Amino acid sequence: MSDSRMEQPLNLRLAVCIKQVPDTTNIRINPETNTLMREGVASIINPFDMYALEEALRLKERYGGTVTVISMGPPQAEAALRDALSFGPDKAVLLSDRAFAGADTLATSLTLSAALKKLGPFDVILAGKQAMDGDTGQVGPGIAENLGIPHVTEIRRIEAIAEDRRITVQRLLEDGYVRLRAALPVLLTVVKEINEPRLPSLRGKMNAKKAEIPRWTAEELGLKPEETGLNGSPTQVMKIFTPPKPEGGKLFKGEVKESVATLLSELTGAGILLGKGRGGAR
Amino acid sequence: MNYFLTEEQQMIKDLAAKIAAEKISPLTAKYDEEGIFPHEIVKALGEADLFRVFIPEEYEGLGGGVFEMALVVEELSRVCGGIALAYAASGLGTIPIILFGSDEQKKKYLPRLASGETLAAFALTEAGAGSDASAIRTTAKKDGDSYVITGTKQWITNGGEAEIYTVIALTDPDRGARGSSAIIVERDTPGFTFGKKEDKMGIRASATRELIFDECRVPAGQLLGKEGMGFLVAMKTFDQSRPGVAAQAVGIAQGALDKAVAYSNERKQFGKPISSFQGLQFMLADMATQVEAARALTYQVARNVDAGEKNLAGISAMAKVMASDTAMKVTTDAVQVFGGYGYMREYPVEKMMRDAKITQIYEGTNQIQREVIAMNLIKEQIRGKK
Ligand SMILES: Cc1cc2nc3c(=O)[nH]c(=O)nc-3n(C[C@H](O)[C@H](O)[C@H](O)COP(=O)(O)OP(=O)(O)OC[C@H]3O[C@@H](n4cnc5c(N)ncnc54)[C@H](O)[C@@H]3O)c2cc1C
Repeated sequence: MSDSRMEQPLNLRLAVCIKQVPDTTNIRINPETNTLMREGVASIINPFDMYALEEALRLKERYGGTVTVISMGPPQAEAALRDALSFGPDKAVLLSDRAFAGADTLATSLTLSAALKKLGPFDVILAGKQAMDGDTGQVGPGIAENLGIPHVTEIRRIEAIAEDRRITVQRLLEDGYVRLRAALPVLLTVVKEINEPRLPSLRGKMNAKKAEIPRWTAEELGLKPEETGLNGSPTQVMKIFTPPKPEGGKLFKGEVKESVATLLSELTGAGILLGKGRGGAR
Repeated sequence: MNYFLTEEQQMIKDLAAKIAAEKISPLTAKYDEEGIFPHEIVKALGEADLFRVFIPEEYEGLGGGVFEMALVVEELSRVCGGIALAYAASGLGTIPIILFGSDEQKKKYLPRLASGETLAAFALTEAGAGSDASAIRTTAKKDGDSYVITGTKQWITNGGEAEIYTVIALTDPDRGARGSSAIIVERDTPGFTFGKKEDKMGIRASATRELIFDECRVPAGQLLGKEGMGFLVAMKTFDQSRPGVAAQAVGIAQGALDKAVAYSNERKQFGKPISSFQGLQFMLADMATQVEAARALTYQVARNVDAGEKNLAGISAMAKVMASDTAMKVTTDAVQVFGGYGYMREYPVEKMMRDAKITQIYEGTNQIQREVIAMNLIKEQIRGKK
C-alpha cells in the first residue's frame, strides 16, 4: 500500500490468528436432533477474525512491517487462509494434524502459541474477540499467557503506537470504553466496531491462488501427543443442547411508574424480591 | 446459461457483483434522486483492481480485454446503470490510448487509469454535432510545439470528474472529417474549464458535462496517432466500446427481470401470487429469453473484439442495438409487472426504465447503428458479387 499513509516506520511484526467456521448466516438446525445441519453449509473466516486481519493490515500501512496469518484446523482450513491472503498479508501457515482434533481452548492456545514462537517473535498478535461457533473468547488470552505477554481484549480502536513501542488502545465496555496503554509485544482481541474490513482485490486473489501455504504438524511444532487435541483438553463436553424456550411471560404496560409498581409488588408477592423493610440496603 | 468463463473471468464477475451488492446497492436510490457522482465506488473499484482488467499487463493491467470490461459493467449495471457508467465511460476514454497511444503515452497514462485513481473520458459530441460527428467545430491549431484547442464539447460523460480526456478536434478545418485529430488533454490544463452540468432523466449518478476549451495549449506530444486520424480513432474506439454499452443494457435488463420475478411471486391478487397468471408468466418468459439472447450476442461480440477480428463495426453495432432495445423493452415490462407500484419512485423499476433509455441513444443512436449494420450488409453483398 502507499507510503503516504505511513505514520512512522516501526517495522512491526504482526500476526493474526484466524479460525474457519461454518457460515451460520444460513445455517439450519435439525429440529429433531438439535444439531447443526452442516451439509452444504459454506465455510468462512470467523467474522471477528476479519476485523483482526483488517486491523493488522492497517497497522502495517501505518507503521510498516509484515503480517503473518495462522490457523489451526483440518486440511480444508487452508481455504480460509487462502481467502485471508487475498486481502494482502505477507504469509500464511496452517497448523493441521490429526492429533489436533478435538482441541479445547487450552490445547488450541497451546498449539497456536507454539507456532507463534516458531514464526516469531511478534510485536502485535491480533485475534477476534471470540469464534462465532464456540463463543468462548478464551483462545486469545490463552495465547498471551503461554507467550508471557500482556493482552487486552475487546479492542474497539488502536489509537497509536509510539516511538517507545507503547501501544494505546480503547477497550470496549458496556457503557463506554477505557483507554489503555501497553508495552509491545502485546496480544489484542478486537470487536467489530474497530473497522470496516476491505474488499479483496483481483491481484490479491490471484496471488493468493498461487501462494504456498505451509502445513505444520504437532511434530514440527515440537508438541507432545498429550498436549494437543482431545488428549490435551481438560474440557469435556457432556452434552450439547438447545435450552428450552422460556414459556409464558408477562408484559407490564402503561405508565412507567405504575407498571414498575405492579411489577415490584408481583415480584415481592411471588417471593422473588424481599418486601420493604426486610432488606435494608437499597 | 453457462458462458464457460475462465477462472479469472469468474473471479472478476464475482468481485464486481460483490461490490455492486455491498457498496452500490445502498446508494442507488439516493444517488439517482440527488444526482451524486459515486466517488467512493470509483475508489472501491480501483482498490479491487477492476480498472485493471482491460489494460495490458505491461502497463500494470491484468491483460484482459473488452470481454472482462463487459463482465464488470454488466454486474454493476444490474444494481445501478448510472453508477456503472463512471466505470464504463472511463473504459471508453481509455480505449483510444490502448489502441493508438505511443509507448510513451501508454506509460504515462495507462498505469494511472489501471489503478482507478484517475478516470478517463471521451469527447466528440458538440451542440451541432451529434449523429453527424463530422460537423464538429472545435479546432486544434498547431503552434510551434503545441496544439491550441478552442471550442465546446457537450454531454461528456465523466466531465469534470475525469482527469484524462481524449478530445476530437479539427487540426485542419478545411478538410472536414479528414482534418480531425485525437488529442489527450489533462484536466488541469490552463484554458480548459467545465460548463453546464446536465440534469437528466436517468443515469443520474453519472456526470454529464460541457467541456470548454479557450485557447487551451497542450504539447504536440499529446496527439494520438497522426494528424487527420481523429475520426478513425473515434470509430475504432466505438467498435470496441459498444459491447460495453451493450453490457450496461444487459445488466440493467437483468436487474429489472430479477425484480419483476421476485415481485410476481410476492404480490397477490385474486387470492394468488400474480406469477400464477399465464398472462404474466408469458411476459416473464419473453423478458428472460430476450435478456439471455442479448447477453449471448454481447459476450460473443466482446470475445470477437478481443480475438482481434478486423471488421467489427457491424457486429459491435448489432450487440449495442439488440441489448439496448432489449433493456428498454424489459424494463418497461418490469414496470408493467409491478403495476401501479412500478410507476412509483419508491420501487426500483421505474429508475431502471429511465436508465435503460440512454443505451439506445449514446455512443451512436440505434438509428445510426442500424445504418452501420445495413451498410456492412450492402457492402459485403456487393463485394461478394465481384
Ligand atoms: C447522457 C449522455 C451522455 C453522453 N456522453 C457522451 C460522451 O461521453 N462523449 C461524447 O462524445 N458524446 C456523448 N453523448 C452524446 C451522444 O453520443 C449523442 O447524443 C448521440 O450521438 C446523438 O446525437 P444527438 O443527441 O445530437 O442527436 P441527433 O444526431 O440530433 O439525432 C436526433 C434523432 O435523429 C436521428 N438521426 C440523426 N441522423 C440520422 C440519420 N442519418 N438517419 C436516421 N436517423 C437519424 C437520431 O437517431 C435521433 O433519433 C452523450 C449523450 C448523452 C445524452
